[in-house]
Amino acid sequence: MESFTNRKKVVSDKPMTFIEKLYLPSIFSGMMITMKHILTRKKTIKYPEEIRVFAPVYRGQHVLKRDEEGRENCTACGLCAVACPAEAITMVADERKRGEENLYREEKYASTYEINMLRCIFCGLCEEACPKEAIFLTDRIVPTEFERANFIYGKDKLVESMEDRIDISLRQNTGKRGAI
Amino acid sequence: MDTALLIEKFTLVVIIFLISLGVAAYSTYFERKLAAWIQDRIGPDRAGPFGLLQPIADGVKMFMKEDFIPKNSDKWLFIIGPGISMFTALITSTIIPWGPPIEIFGRQISLQIADFNIGILFIFGVVSIGVYGIMIGGWASNNKYSLFGAIRASSQMISYELAMGISLITIILLTGSLSLTDIVKSQHGMNWNIFYQPVCFLIFFICSLAETNRAPFDLAECESELVGGYHTEYSSMKLGLFLFAEYVSMFISSALMAILFFGGYNFPGMDYFDGNTLAILGVLAFFTKTFLFIFVFMWIRWTIPRFRFDQLMHLGWKTLIPAAIINMLITAIVIAFHKGWF
Repeated sequence: MESFTNRKKVVSDKPMTFIEKLYLPSIFSGMMITMKHILTRKKTIKYPEEIRVFAPVYRGQHVLKRDEEGRENCTACGLCAVACPAEAITMVADERKRGEENLYREEKYASTYEINMLRCIFCGLCEEACPKEAIFLTDRIVPTEFERANFIYGKDKLVESMEDRIDISLRQNTGKRGAI
Repeated sequence: MDTALLIEKFTLVVIIFLISLGVAAYSTYFERKLAAWIQDRIGPDRAGPFGLLQPIADGVKMFMKEDFIPKNSDKWLFIIGPGISMFTALITSTIIPWGPPIEIFGRQISLQIADFNIGILFIFGVVSIGVYGIMIGGWASNNKYSLFGAIRASSQMISYELAMGISLITIILLTGSLSLTDIVKSQHGMNWNIFYQPVCFLIFFICSLAETNRAPFDLAECESELVGGYHTEYSSMKLGLFLFAEYVSMFISSALMAILFFGGYNFPGMDYFDGNTLAILGVLAFFTKTFLFIFVFMWIRWTIPRFRFDQLMHLGWKTLIPAAIINMLITAIVIAFHKGWF
Protein backbone atom coordinates (compact mmCIF):
# COMPACT_ATOMS: atom_id res chain seq x y z
CA MET A 1 0.00 0.00 0.00
CA GLU A 2 1.13 3.49 -0.75
CA SER A 3 2.08 5.26 2.44
CA PHE A 4 0.91 8.78 3.16
CA THR A 5 3.70 9.69 5.53
CA ASN A 6 7.42 9.06 5.50
CA ARG A 7 7.27 7.52 8.97
CA LYS A 8 6.73 3.99 7.73
CA LYS A 9 9.52 1.59 8.66
CA VAL A 10 10.11 -1.75 7.04
CA VAL A 11 10.59 -4.39 9.71
CA SER A 12 12.72 -7.39 8.86
CA ASP A 13 13.23 -10.59 10.83
CA LYS A 14 16.41 -11.70 9.13
CA PRO A 15 18.63 -13.78 11.43
CA MET A 16 21.40 -11.96 13.25
CA THR A 17 24.87 -12.10 11.79
CA PHE A 18 27.76 -13.49 13.82
CA ILE A 19 28.99 -10.02 14.79
CA GLU A 20 25.50 -9.09 15.97
CA LYS A 21 25.23 -12.31 17.94
CA LEU A 22 28.37 -11.40 19.87
CA TYR A 23 26.48 -8.36 21.20
CA LEU A 24 29.83 -6.73 21.99
CA PRO A 25 29.67 -3.97 19.32
CA SER A 26 26.22 -2.93 20.47
CA ILE A 27 27.32 -3.06 24.10
CA PHE A 28 30.25 -0.78 23.31
CA SER A 29 28.09 1.66 21.39
CA GLY A 30 25.66 1.67 24.31
CA MET A 31 28.49 2.41 26.69
CA MET A 32 29.62 5.26 24.47
CA ILE A 33 26.12 6.72 24.69
CA THR A 34 26.14 6.59 28.48
CA MET A 35 29.64 8.09 28.50
CA LYS A 36 28.31 10.99 26.47
CA HIS A 37 25.67 11.51 29.12
CA ILE A 38 28.29 11.46 31.88
CA LEU A 39 30.16 14.26 30.16
CA THR A 40 27.20 16.50 29.35
CA ARG A 41 26.35 19.48 31.49
CA LYS A 42 23.52 18.80 33.89
CA LYS A 43 20.46 20.97 33.60
CA THR A 44 19.38 20.59 37.21
CA ILE A 45 18.54 23.78 39.11
CA LYS A 46 19.38 23.31 42.79
CA TYR A 47 16.20 24.82 44.12
CA PRO A 48 16.71 26.50 47.48
CA GLU A 49 20.03 28.06 46.46
CA GLU A 50 19.06 28.81 42.90
CA ILE A 51 15.57 29.81 41.84
CA ARG A 52 14.36 29.29 38.33
CA VAL A 53 13.75 32.55 36.48
CA PHE A 54 10.13 32.84 35.44
CA ALA A 55 9.13 33.72 31.92
CA PRO A 56 8.09 37.40 31.64
CA VAL A 57 4.53 36.39 30.86
CA TYR A 58 4.24 34.00 33.81
CA ARG A 59 0.82 34.21 35.47
CA GLY A 60 0.94 33.77 39.23
CA GLN A 61 -0.76 35.32 42.25
CA HIS A 62 -2.78 38.46 41.55
CA VAL A 63 -2.10 41.95 42.81
CA LEU A 64 -4.46 44.92 43.10
CA LYS A 65 -2.38 47.94 42.15
CA ARG A 66 -2.32 51.38 43.69
CA ASP A 67 -1.35 54.46 41.69
CA GLU A 68 1.65 56.70 42.41
CA GLU A 69 -0.10 58.49 45.23
CA GLY A 70 -1.12 55.28 46.92
CA ARG A 71 -4.74 55.27 45.86
CA GLU A 72 -6.41 52.02 44.83
CA ASN A 73 -7.01 51.77 41.11
CA CYS A 74 -9.98 49.42 41.38
CA THR A 75 -13.42 50.95 40.91
CA ALA A 76 -15.39 47.74 41.48
CA CYS A 77 -16.81 47.79 37.97
CA GLY A 78 -17.05 43.99 38.04
CA LEU A 79 -15.63 43.40 34.56
CA CYS A 80 -13.03 41.04 35.95
CA ALA A 81 -15.71 38.99 37.71
CA VAL A 82 -17.68 38.83 34.48
CA ALA A 83 -14.62 37.86 32.47
CA CYS A 84 -13.51 35.19 34.93
CA PRO A 85 -14.28 31.76 33.42
CA ALA A 86 -13.78 30.05 36.76
CA GLU A 87 -16.03 32.47 38.63
CA ALA A 88 -13.38 32.96 41.25
CA ILE A 89 -13.81 36.72 41.77
CA THR A 90 -16.45 38.38 43.94
CA MET A 91 -16.64 41.97 45.09
CA VAL A 92 -18.86 44.45 46.89
CA ALA A 93 -18.87 48.02 45.59
CA ASP A 94 -19.06 51.03 47.86
CA GLU A 95 -19.12 54.81 47.51
CA ARG A 96 -16.12 56.89 48.43
CA LYS A 97 -16.85 59.12 51.42
CA ARG A 98 -15.50 62.62 51.92
CA GLY A 99 -11.98 62.48 53.28
CA GLU A 100 -11.14 59.15 51.63
CA GLU A 101 -9.74 60.74 48.47
CA ASN A 102 -6.24 59.67 49.41
CA LEU A 103 -7.36 56.01 49.59
CA TYR A 104 -9.40 55.49 46.44
CA ARG A 105 -8.76 57.09 43.09
CA GLU A 106 -12.36 57.37 41.88
CA GLU A 107 -15.74 57.82 43.51
CA LYS A 108 -16.51 54.14 43.63
CA TYR A 109 -14.35 51.43 45.12
CA ALA A 110 -14.48 47.79 46.18
CA SER A 111 -15.14 47.46 49.90
CA THR A 112 -14.47 43.73 49.68
CA TYR A 113 -12.69 42.02 46.83
CA GLU A 114 -12.11 38.28 47.03
CA ILE A 115 -10.42 35.82 44.72
CA ASN A 116 -10.81 32.14 45.46
CA MET A 117 -7.37 30.80 44.62
CA LEU A 118 -8.69 27.23 44.47
CA ARG A 119 -11.10 28.18 41.71
CA CYS A 120 -8.73 30.48 39.86
CA ILE A 121 -7.14 28.95 36.75
CA PHE A 122 -4.65 31.80 36.30
CA CYS A 123 -5.81 32.48 32.76
CA GLY A 124 -5.23 36.22 33.06
CA LEU A 125 -8.60 37.23 31.59
CA CYS A 126 -9.27 39.47 34.62
CA GLU A 127 -6.13 41.37 33.83
CA GLU A 128 -7.21 41.73 30.22
CA ALA A 129 -10.69 42.81 31.15
CA CYS A 130 -9.67 45.47 33.67
CA PRO A 131 -10.09 48.98 32.21
CA LYS A 132 -8.38 50.67 35.15
CA GLU A 133 -5.08 48.76 35.21
CA ALA A 134 -5.99 47.65 38.71
CA ILE A 135 -5.51 43.87 38.66
CA PHE A 136 -2.43 42.13 37.37
CA LEU A 137 -1.04 38.63 37.61
CA THR A 138 2.48 38.50 38.99
CA ASP A 139 5.39 36.07 39.14
CA ARG A 140 4.56 35.15 42.74
CA ILE A 141 3.46 31.60 43.61
CA VAL A 142 0.32 31.10 45.70
CA PRO A 143 1.60 29.44 48.87
CA THR A 144 0.12 26.20 50.15
CA GLU A 145 -2.34 26.13 53.03
CA PHE A 146 -4.01 23.47 55.14
CA GLU A 147 -7.50 25.07 55.25
CA ARG A 148 -9.67 25.74 52.23
CA ALA A 149 -10.91 28.99 53.73
CA ASN A 150 -7.40 30.41 53.69
CA PHE A 151 -7.33 30.22 49.93
CA ILE A 152 -9.98 32.92 49.59
CA TYR A 153 -7.76 35.95 49.31
CA GLY A 154 -9.27 39.24 50.46
CA LYS A 155 -8.05 42.76 49.99
CA ASP A 156 -5.55 42.30 52.82
CA LYS A 157 -3.58 39.88 50.65
CA LEU A 158 -4.36 41.27 47.19
CA VAL A 159 -3.80 45.00 47.48
CA GLU A 160 -0.16 45.96 47.35
CA SER A 161 1.31 48.06 50.13
CA MET A 162 3.12 51.28 49.26
CA GLU A 163 6.25 50.23 51.16
CA ASP A 164 6.55 47.01 49.21
CA ARG A 165 5.25 47.62 45.72
CA ILE A 166 4.94 44.70 43.34
CA ASP A 167 6.79 45.15 40.06
CA ILE A 168 4.54 44.44 37.09
CA SER A 169 6.43 46.56 34.58
CA LEU A 170 6.89 43.58 32.26
CA ARG A 171 3.11 43.14 32.05
CA GLN A 172 2.07 46.78 31.66
CA ASN A 173 1.82 46.60 27.88
CA THR A 174 -1.14 44.33 27.61
CA GLY A 175 -2.63 46.49 24.91
CA LYS A 176 -5.37 48.15 26.88
CA ARG A 177 -5.28 51.77 27.79
CA GLY A 178 -2.08 52.77 26.02
CA ALA A 179 -2.98 51.11 22.75
CA ILE A 180 -6.32 52.79 22.25
CA MET B 1 57.78 -16.25 64.65
CA ASP B 2 59.24 -13.00 65.89
CA THR B 3 57.19 -10.20 67.36
CA ALA B 4 58.11 -7.68 64.66
CA LEU B 5 56.60 -9.90 61.99
CA LEU B 6 53.43 -10.26 64.05
CA ILE B 7 53.11 -6.51 64.49
CA GLU B 8 53.88 -5.92 60.83
CA LYS B 9 51.27 -8.39 59.61
CA PHE B 10 48.70 -7.18 62.12
CA THR B 11 49.14 -3.56 60.99
CA LEU B 12 48.88 -4.62 57.38
CA VAL B 13 45.70 -6.58 58.07
CA VAL B 14 44.11 -3.61 59.82
CA ILE B 15 45.14 -1.19 57.07
CA ILE B 16 43.87 -3.43 54.28
CA PHE B 17 40.62 -4.08 56.17
CA LEU B 18 40.08 -0.34 56.54
CA ILE B 19 40.99 0.34 52.92
CA SER B 20 38.62 -2.35 51.67
CA LEU B 21 35.76 -0.98 53.75
CA GLY B 22 36.60 2.61 52.85
CA VAL B 23 36.78 1.89 49.15
CA ALA B 24 33.52 -0.05 49.35
CA ALA B 25 31.82 2.79 51.24
CA TYR B 26 32.93 5.35 48.73
CA SER B 27 32.06 3.15 45.78
CA THR B 28 28.44 3.26 46.99
CA TYR B 29 28.70 7.03 46.83
CA PHE B 30 30.42 6.94 43.47
CA GLU B 31 27.90 4.46 42.13
CA ARG B 32 25.06 6.81 43.00
CA LYS B 33 26.93 9.74 41.47
CA LEU B 34 27.68 7.85 38.29
CA ALA B 35 24.11 6.62 37.99
CA ALA B 36 22.98 10.20 38.35
CA TRP B 37 25.42 11.48 35.74
CA ILE B 38 24.42 8.83 33.25
CA GLN B 39 20.78 9.75 33.80
CA ASP B 40 21.55 13.49 33.45
CA ARG B 41 21.09 14.17 37.15
CA ILE B 42 23.47 15.53 39.78
CA GLY B 43 23.28 12.84 42.45
CA PRO B 44 23.81 13.12 46.20
CA ASP B 45 25.31 16.51 46.99
CA ARG B 46 23.72 17.57 50.28
CA ALA B 47 25.79 15.76 52.95
CA GLY B 48 29.09 17.61 53.14
CA PRO B 49 30.93 19.15 50.18
CA PHE B 50 29.84 17.38 46.96
CA GLY B 51 27.91 14.97 49.19
CA LEU B 52 31.13 13.33 50.35
CA LEU B 53 29.68 12.44 53.76
CA GLN B 54 26.84 10.50 52.12
CA PRO B 55 28.30 7.03 52.92
CA ILE B 56 28.45 7.96 56.61
CA ALA B 57 24.87 9.18 56.53
CA ASP B 58 23.84 5.97 54.79
CA GLY B 59 25.68 3.88 57.36
CA VAL B 60 24.08 5.70 60.28
CA LYS B 61 20.70 5.28 58.66
CA MET B 62 21.27 1.54 58.26
CA PHE B 63 22.24 1.16 61.91
CA MET B 64 19.25 3.14 63.14
CA LYS B 65 16.70 1.06 61.26
CA GLU B 66 14.64 -1.57 63.05
CA ASP B 67 16.39 -4.92 62.91
CA PHE B 68 13.58 -7.24 61.98
CA ILE B 69 13.70 -11.03 61.93
CA PRO B 70 10.69 -12.75 60.36
CA LYS B 71 8.78 -15.09 62.65
CA ASN B 72 9.00 -18.17 60.47
CA SER B 73 12.61 -17.74 59.47
CA ASP B 74 15.47 -19.88 60.63
CA LYS B 75 16.92 -17.35 63.05
CA TRP B 76 20.45 -18.70 63.32
CA LEU B 77 20.94 -19.00 59.56
CA PHE B 78 19.15 -15.71 58.99
CA ILE B 79 21.71 -13.95 61.14
CA ILE B 80 24.74 -15.82 59.86
CA GLY B 81 23.94 -15.25 56.13
CA PRO B 82 25.10 -11.65 55.77
CA GLY B 83 28.08 -12.45 57.97
CA ILE B 84 29.28 -15.16 55.59
CA SER B 85 28.76 -12.83 52.66
CA MET B 86 30.88 -10.12 54.21
CA PHE B 87 33.52 -12.51 55.53
CA THR B 88 34.16 -14.18 52.18
CA ALA B 89 34.19 -10.84 50.41
CA LEU B 90 36.88 -9.53 52.76
CA ILE B 91 39.05 -12.62 53.13
CA THR B 92 40.13 -12.63 49.47
CA SER B 93 42.11 -9.46 50.13
CA THR B 94 44.65 -11.45 52.18
CA ILE B 95 46.50 -12.82 49.18
CA ILE B 96 46.41 -9.77 46.96
CA PRO B 97 49.89 -8.27 46.46
CA TRP B 98 49.15 -4.57 46.93
CA GLY B 99 52.58 -3.35 45.90
CA PRO B 100 56.30 -4.06 45.71
CA PRO B 101 57.98 -4.68 49.08
CA ILE B 102 58.41 -1.55 51.15
CA GLU B 103 61.30 -0.82 53.54
CA ILE B 104 60.57 0.59 57.01
CA PHE B 105 63.01 0.57 59.98
CA GLY B 106 65.45 -1.48 57.95
CA ARG B 107 62.95 -4.28 57.41
CA GLN B 108 61.69 -5.54 54.09
CA ILE B 109 57.92 -5.58 54.41
CA SER B 110 55.99 -7.29 51.66
CA LEU B 111 52.65 -5.63 50.97
CA GLN B 112 50.82 -8.91 50.91
CA ILE B 113 49.34 -10.49 53.99
CA ALA B 114 49.98 -14.09 52.95
CA ASP B 115 51.80 -15.36 49.88
CA PHE B 116 50.21 -18.73 49.24
CA ASN B 117 51.81 -20.77 46.52
CA ILE B 118 48.28 -21.84 45.52
CA GLY B 119 46.89 -18.29 45.48
CA ILE B 120 44.50 -18.72 42.57
CA LEU B 121 43.00 -21.90 44.00
CA PHE B 122 42.48 -20.09 47.30
CA ILE B 123 40.63 -17.30 45.51
CA PHE B 124 38.37 -19.78 43.75
CA GLY B 125 37.67 -21.59 46.97
CA VAL B 126 36.77 -18.45 48.88
CA VAL B 127 34.77 -16.88 46.07
CA SER B 128 32.65 -20.01 45.74
CA ILE B 129 31.90 -19.90 49.46
CA GLY B 130 30.62 -16.37 48.84
CA VAL B 131 27.45 -17.78 47.35
CA TYR B 132 26.71 -19.54 50.63
CA GLY B 133 25.94 -16.21 52.27
CA ILE B 134 23.35 -15.47 49.63
CA MET B 135 21.98 -19.01 49.62
CA ILE B 136 21.72 -19.31 53.38
CA GLY B 137 20.25 -15.83 53.72
CA GLY B 138 17.72 -16.45 50.96
CA TRP B 139 16.72 -19.85 52.24
CA ALA B 140 16.48 -18.86 55.90
CA SER B 141 14.15 -15.95 55.10
CA ASN B 142 11.35 -18.43 54.38
CA ASN B 143 10.13 -16.27 51.54
CA LYS B 144 9.49 -17.37 47.96
CA TYR B 145 11.19 -14.37 46.43
CA SER B 146 14.25 -14.85 48.59
CA LEU B 147 14.39 -18.52 47.72
CA PHE B 148 14.17 -17.72 44.02
CA GLY B 149 16.95 -15.21 44.39
CA ALA B 150 19.10 -17.72 46.25
CA ILE B 151 18.51 -20.46 43.68
CA ARG B 152 19.32 -18.14 40.83
CA ALA B 153 22.48 -16.94 42.58
CA SER B 154 23.74 -20.46 43.14
CA SER B 155 22.99 -21.76 39.64
CA GLN B 156 24.57 -18.66 38.18
CA MET B 157 27.60 -19.11 40.39
CA ILE B 158 28.06 -22.73 39.33
CA SER B 159 27.81 -21.99 35.63
CA TYR B 160 30.13 -19.00 35.67
CA GLU B 161 32.70 -20.40 38.04
CA LEU B 162 33.48 -23.08 35.45
CA ALA B 163 34.18 -20.67 32.65
CA MET B 164 36.16 -18.47 35.00
CA GLY B 165 38.34 -21.34 36.19
CA ILE B 166 39.01 -22.67 32.70
CA SER B 167 39.86 -19.22 31.40
CA LEU B 168 42.34 -18.70 34.20
CA ILE B 169 44.20 -21.91 33.36
CA THR B 170 45.71 -20.02 30.42
CA ILE B 171 47.22 -17.49 32.81
CA ILE B 172 48.61 -20.30 34.94
CA LEU B 173 50.05 -21.90 31.80
CA LEU B 174 51.68 -18.63 30.80
CA THR B 175 53.19 -17.99 34.20
CA GLY B 176 53.83 -21.51 35.31
CA SER B 177 52.76 -20.72 38.83
CA LEU B 178 49.60 -20.49 40.93
CA SER B 179 50.99 -17.84 43.23
CA LEU B 180 49.74 -14.32 42.68
CA THR B 181 53.17 -12.89 43.51
CA ASP B 182 54.75 -14.83 40.66
CA ILE B 183 51.96 -13.86 38.29
CA VAL B 184 52.53 -10.19 39.07
CA LYS B 185 56.30 -10.47 38.84
CA SER B 186 56.07 -12.14 35.43
CA GLN B 187 54.28 -9.05 34.07
CA HIS B 188 57.18 -6.72 34.78
CA GLY B 189 56.94 -3.26 33.19
CA MET B 190 54.46 -3.27 30.34
CA ASN B 191 54.60 -7.03 29.78
CA TRP B 192 50.98 -7.48 30.80
CA ASN B 193 48.91 -10.61 30.29
CA ILE B 194 46.12 -8.68 28.55
CA PHE B 195 48.31 -8.41 25.44
CA TYR B 196 48.71 -12.18 25.30
CA GLN B 197 45.25 -13.21 26.43
CA PRO B 198 42.55 -10.69 25.40
CA VAL B 199 39.88 -13.40 24.94
CA CYS B 200 40.70 -14.85 28.32
CA PHE B 201 40.35 -11.41 29.86
CA LEU B 202 36.96 -10.90 28.25
CA ILE B 203 35.69 -14.22 29.59
CA PHE B 204 37.12 -13.53 33.02
CA PHE B 205 35.60 -10.06 33.07
CA ILE B 206 32.12 -11.30 32.17
CA CYS B 207 32.42 -14.03 34.79
CA SER B 208 33.53 -11.50 37.39
CA LEU B 209 30.40 -9.48 36.70
CA ALA B 210 28.37 -12.63 37.25
CA GLU B 211 30.34 -13.63 40.37
CA THR B 212 29.81 -10.30 42.07
CA ASN B 213 26.10 -10.39 41.19
CA ARG B 214 26.34 -7.09 39.40
CA ALA B 215 24.12 -5.95 36.57
CA PRO B 216 23.60 -7.25 33.90
CA PHE B 217 23.86 -10.47 35.94
CA ASP B 218 22.08 -9.31 39.09
CA LEU B 219 19.40 -11.97 38.83
CA ALA B 220 19.80 -12.81 42.49
CA GLU B 221 18.43 -9.40 43.47
CA CYS B 222 16.39 -8.62 40.39
CA GLU B 223 14.26 -5.93 41.98
CA SER B 224 11.87 -5.77 39.04
CA GLU B 225 10.84 -9.42 39.36
CA LEU B 226 11.76 -10.65 42.83
CA VAL B 227 11.13 -7.55 44.99
CA GLY B 228 14.62 -7.68 46.52
CA GLY B 229 15.69 -11.22 45.71
CA TYR B 230 17.66 -12.90 48.48
CA HIS B 231 17.55 -9.86 50.74
CA THR B 232 13.80 -9.22 50.53
CA GLU B 233 13.29 -10.01 54.22
CA TYR B 234 16.41 -8.30 55.48
CA SER B 235 16.47 -4.94 57.17
CA SER B 236 18.84 -2.71 59.09
CA MET B 237 22.56 -3.49 59.07
CA LYS B 238 22.03 -7.09 57.94
CA LEU B 239 20.78 -5.70 54.66
CA GLY B 240 23.61 -3.18 54.84
CA LEU B 241 26.14 -6.01 55.15
CA PHE B 242 24.70 -7.78 52.11
CA LEU B 243 24.83 -4.63 50.02
CA PHE B 244 28.24 -3.73 51.36
CA ALA B 245 29.62 -7.19 50.65
CA GLU B 246 28.69 -6.68 47.01
CA TYR B 247 30.82 -3.55 46.88
CA VAL B 248 33.71 -5.16 48.72
CA SER B 249 33.70 -8.10 46.34
CA MET B 250 33.51 -5.68 43.43
CA PHE B 251 36.64 -3.98 44.77
CA ILE B 252 38.39 -7.32 45.22
CA SER B 253 37.47 -8.58 41.75
CA SER B 254 38.67 -5.32 40.24
CA ALA B 255 41.94 -5.78 42.11
CA LEU B 256 42.15 -9.36 40.86
CA MET B 257 41.64 -8.31 37.27
CA ALA B 258 44.30 -5.66 37.66
CA ILE B 259 46.67 -8.32 39.00
CA LEU B 260 45.92 -11.11 36.58
CA PHE B 261 45.71 -9.12 33.36
CA PHE B 262 46.95 -5.59 33.86
CA GLY B 263 50.19 -6.20 35.66
CA GLY B 264 49.15 -5.43 39.23
CA TYR B 265 51.58 -2.87 40.59
CA ASN B 266 53.76 -2.94 37.47
CA PHE B 267 53.80 0.16 35.33
CA PRO B 268 55.86 1.14 32.28
CA GLY B 269 59.16 2.73 33.22
CA MET B 270 59.30 1.15 36.68
CA ASP B 271 62.98 0.28 36.28
CA TYR B 272 63.98 3.91 36.84
CA PHE B 273 62.77 3.77 40.43
CA ASP B 274 63.74 1.63 43.36
CA GLY B 275 63.14 1.22 47.07
CA ASN B 276 60.23 3.01 48.70
CA THR B 277 59.60 5.34 45.74
CA LEU B 278 58.96 2.30 43.57
CA ALA B 279 56.73 0.82 46.27
CA ILE B 280 54.59 3.94 46.57
CA LEU B 281 54.33 4.43 42.81
CA GLY B 282 53.52 0.74 42.45
CA VAL B 283 50.70 0.94 44.98
CA LEU B 284 49.38 4.04 43.22
CA ALA B 285 49.49 2.30 39.84
CA PHE B 286 47.71 -0.69 41.31
CA PHE B 287 44.94 1.38 42.85
CA THR B 288 44.52 3.41 39.66
CA LYS B 289 43.93 0.21 37.70
CA THR B 290 41.58 -1.11 40.37
CA PHE B 291 39.50 2.05 40.44
CA LEU B 292 39.36 2.06 36.68
CA PHE B 293 37.83 -1.39 36.81
CA ILE B 294 35.37 -0.36 39.49
CA PHE B 295 34.36 2.48 37.20
CA VAL B 296 33.88 0.09 34.29
CA PHE B 297 31.78 -2.21 36.50
CA MET B 298 29.49 0.66 37.35
CA TRP B 299 29.46 2.01 33.83
CA ILE B 300 28.27 -1.36 32.57
CA ARG B 301 25.68 -1.63 35.30
CA TRP B 302 24.01 1.62 34.27
CA THR B 303 24.20 0.85 30.56
CA ILE B 304 23.05 -2.70 29.99
CA PRO B 305 19.67 -4.13 30.98
CA ARG B 306 19.45 -7.37 32.97
CA PHE B 307 19.70 -10.73 31.22
CA ARG B 308 16.78 -13.09 31.23
CA PHE B 309 17.55 -16.26 33.16
CA ASP B 310 17.64 -18.57 30.14
CA GLN B 311 19.85 -16.10 28.28
CA LEU B 312 22.18 -16.10 31.26
CA MET B 313 22.45 -19.89 31.26
CA HIS B 314 22.79 -19.92 27.48
CA LEU B 315 25.64 -17.43 27.63
CA GLY B 316 27.36 -19.30 30.43
CA TRP B 317 27.16 -22.88 29.18
CA LYS B 318 26.98 -22.52 25.42
CA THR B 319 29.25 -19.55 24.82
CA LEU B 320 31.67 -18.80 27.61
CA ILE B 321 32.68 -22.35 28.57
CA PRO B 322 33.40 -23.50 24.97
CA ALA B 323 35.24 -20.25 24.30
CA ALA B 324 37.30 -20.71 27.45
CA ILE B 325 38.13 -24.32 26.58
CA ILE B 326 39.16 -23.47 23.02
CA ASN B 327 41.24 -20.57 24.28
CA MET B 328 42.93 -22.80 26.83
CA LEU B 329 43.68 -25.53 24.27
CA ILE B 330 45.17 -23.08 21.76
CA THR B 331 47.33 -21.51 24.46
CA ALA B 332 48.48 -24.92 25.67
CA ILE B 333 49.39 -26.03 22.15
CA VAL B 334 51.25 -22.80 21.42
CA ILE B 335 53.19 -23.03 24.67
CA ALA B 336 54.03 -26.69 24.09
CA PHE B 337 55.12 -25.91 20.55
CA HIS B 338 57.18 -22.98 21.74
CA LYS B 339 59.00 -25.15 24.24
CA GLY B 340 59.74 -27.73 21.57
CA TRP B 341 57.56 -30.57 22.83
CA PHE B 342 56.45 -31.51 19.34
